[in-house]
Amino acid sequence: MELTTTWYLVLSVLMFSIGAVGLLVRRNPLVMFMCVELMLNAVNISFVAFGADLNDVGGQIAVFFVLVVAAVEVVVGLALVVAITRRRSDANADDVSVLRG
Amino acid sequence: MTEVVVFLVAAAIALVGALGVVASKNPVHSALFLIQTLMGVAVLFVLQEAHFLAAVQVVVYAGAIVILFLFVIMLLGVDKAEEFDVDPIAGQRPLAAVLGGALLAIGLTVMIVAVDGSTGSSATFDPQTGQPAETALDSIGADGQPITDIERIGRVLFSDYALAFEITAALLTIAVIGAVVLTRPVSRGARLEDLEPASFDLPPVAPRDKQPGHDAAGESGA
Repeated sequence: MELTTTWYLVLSVLMFSIGAVGLLVRRNPLVMFMCVELMLNAVNISFVAFGADLNDVGGQIAVFFVLVVAAVEVVVGLALVVAITRRRSDANADDVSVLRG
Repeated sequence: MTEVVVFLVAAAIALVGALGVVASKNPVHSALFLIQTLMGVAVLFVLQEAHFLAAVQVVVYAGAIVILFLFVIMLLGVDKAEEFDVDPIAGQRPLAAVLGGALLAIGLTVMIVAVDGSTGSSATFDPQTGQPAETALDSIGADGQPITDIERIGRVLFSDYALAFEITAALLTIAVIGAVVLTRPVSRGARLEDLEPASFDLPPVAPRDKQPGHDAAGESGA
């Protein structure tokens, strides 16, 4: 058996689907953010696999920028969670559907 | 054959971690499973000879982002188990399962077709000059030696992607400012101009030397 790009892509799809289902099912915003991280990581796997397939370093550059954006998204998202939890004792995705205090 | 074994083990680690993130009742357990997944992905990066990304994955993701998650979980005290028995929105979970299955089916179809039907061209040679391209993963340096992974990324990042790289600096600065603004203590009904200076509602601290009895009790207890 030989390791081909398709193996990486199938793994990427599996991880992305698990993350998407978790995002739909869970209601704790912190766990929902973790599921977003799973989806971003799944895409990173496919970026690197495509880059290796096309012999191009561009895939790795894309992963670099995804990493930066993921860090930024987590910082702002967690700040939002902290701000919401200050006002209501329990942070639940259903409670903040109106986006008002 | 060794590569296949390494891939299968790392992929199993990553997938089990992903399932654990979704299925754990306790957010702390989810965060720890997320670290497991990130480590598995880092091994896959090493397997594809993206050594720099593997290091960044471990340092930035597992070392910084997940620790930030854990800090917030501990700070807010939301590490109690989530109730899984009740489904607050009727039919949400079956619908999520159907949508996830559909996504999986579409994704698998596209990805399995993708490699054979890919319209991307190999970056081995520059299309204009016909010379070996600098962005190619197997490019060699001026001295005839192979360029390391990190050197190649550095060259491309600071030439072709220099503007995007500088915009990420602005993005990170904006994120830090946004986090500071969002997490400031704000009393209910306060207007924006009332926010200067920041008002921390700390209780007045009693001077220690005014309470000899308290100190003596503490020392005898110790």
